[in-house]
Amino acid sequence: MTHRSDRTLDVRALARVEGEGAMHVRVRGGSVETVRLEIYEPPRFFEAFLRGRRYTEPPDITARICGICPVAYQMSACAAIEDACGVVVDGAIADLRRLLYCGEWIESHVLHIYLLHAPDFLGYPSAIDLARDHRDLVERGLALKKAGNDVMELIGGRAIHPVNVRVGGFYRAPTRQDIRALGEKLRVALDQALDTARWVAGFDFPDFHHDHEMLALTEPGRYAIERGTVVTTGGLAFPVTAFEEHVIEEHVAHSTALHAHLAGRGRYLTGPAARYTLNRAWLSPLSRQIADEVGLGVRCDNPYQSILVRAVEVVYAVEEALRLIEAYEPPAPPHVDVPPRAGMGFGATEAPRGVLFHRYGVDADGLITSARIVPPTSQNQASIEDDLRRFVADRLDLPDDQLTHQCEQAIRNYDPCISCATHFLDLTVDRS
Amino acid sequence: MTGRRVVIGVGNDLRRDDGFGPAVVERLRGDGVLSAAGVTLAVTDGEPSRLIDLWAGAEVAVVVDAVRSPADPAGHCYELGYDEVVGPVGAAASSHGVGLGSTIELAQALHRLPRLLVVLAAAGRDFGFGPGLSPEVAVAVAPVAARAAEVVT
Repeated sequence: MTHRSDRTLDVRALARVEGEGAMHVRVRGGSVETVRLEIYEPPRFFEAFLRGRRYTEPPDITARICGICPVAYQMSACAAIEDACGVVVDGAIADLRRLLYCGEWIESHVLHIYLLHAPDFLGYPSAIDLARDHRDLVERGLALKKAGNDVMELIGGRAIHPVNVRVGGFYRAPTRQDIRALGEKLRVALDQALDTARWVAGFDFPDFHHDHEMLALTEPGRYAIERGTVVTTGGLAFPVTAFEEHVIEEHVAHSTALHAHLAGRGRYLTGPAARYTLNRAWLSPLSRQIADEVGLGVRCDNPYQSILVRAVEVVYAVEEALRLIEAYEPPAPPHVDVPPRAGMGFGATEAPRGVLFHRYGVDADGLITSARIVPPTSQNQASIEDDLRRFVADRLDLPDDQLTHQCEQAIRNYDPCISCATHFLDLTVDRS
Repeated sequence: MTGRRVVIGVGNDLRRDDGFGPAVVERLRGDGVLSAAGVTLAVTDGEPSRLIDLWAGAEVAVVVDAVRSPADPAGHCYELGYDEVVGPVGAAASSHGVGLGSTIELAQALHRLPRLLVVLAAAGRDFGFGPGLSPEVAVAVAPVAARAAEVVT
């Protein structure tokens, strides 16, 4: 069965990825003919039903797109609406937004590292099996993740779909006493984050590299999270307002997610590896030191090593949260007024899985006339398929079950969020 | 009863009958009796680590959820011990799709199950988009809320 020149691999429901999708690989004459990531979660039409809603509503409505990264949706929505209304939110309110976002990075990255990705490297079919043999490790992961949850609950009002975020800032700012208590938990979390990075550094990483152009936000002076301008490893640099001039989305028949490419350039990759490669210089000294210690160079083009980047970013997020907590003064009031005005607004932030772009048109009455949301997974889909094409071509001698399993692992490197992209996983390898 | 007690509604109130668990918790919050008695009332989306955090260390935890059961009519109620919920880990185990059974298995492996875990559930009919329970499922909210209160008091 391992040397047929024609075959089909089908994974009808990909395991340990966020959402529902499938993968189909078709091999003809010993060559990979097609590789398709099929995203079959139904499209949810958020952009359509935002039209006609009040300009204050997108943060709460778009947060519902994802239970793992609602803050990313809220922050990109706020940035775009505020841009449309000509308001800049800075100072203590912006700092509180960054602190909330650090909580989401911690929660999302730790979930992926411990429950979704680490079992692949350690030879376990699931986190449950990993926990049976290494209870202490999984306990550490859950404790670290909880630190992120605690940030979300205190600042966002609740851990899922936070309710305390509004256009212009927050409904309520936590007290200094509440924030100090959070700091105590995060100081413990910093040690857990460092131990996590050293733990994943011991995994074996297949020698697989890509040549995708990588894209991320950048903000001189600090690691971009909640704002920045767009840069790529190919030398492109443009403001968020020009995102749609450079990023072209198109429908493909096999997916309910749009595929994105850079105009005149082709596929690209966003996410932790892109952020690290483009912004390593802006990591904190401790985060850069741990990046060196775990073996990350100046760029990360091995998708398997994305787990290292996530671990380094968790260290950074915990440190950054502690820095923000140390300097915290409750903003009063906790929001700035954002009166409506007719205009078009653009916003982009670094969701855990990469750049999340929002654009809204608003009329003079504050009603939304147009909306566009470009999530990270749809931007990465073409690059993931390209990686899989090369990955499968080098492993055609493997039996179907092993090849299928390795393809699923390769997909999990990207931590794709199908729910966000649906606009994902089943695997089919067709060799017949 | 001493020790921490918690009632956890699992589900999404914007996916029709999947909002059954949250609806039961909402009713208990409205009654105010359990809150006054120090019982924690919580709603979660079922993501495993959040669920485990909610029940870890508790004396009693009641999990209220909606289930798909083609064999039973919509609104049919179930009361299950944790060992009746544990099942094979589904192939589609994403962090969005980990079932309650898998979460209980993970908690078992981590020794983080409550002393008593009871699952109360109702069969749903419509898991489509939007708020509001099917009439048959809505009828089950009051008796299941009452049973949850009995279990934790």
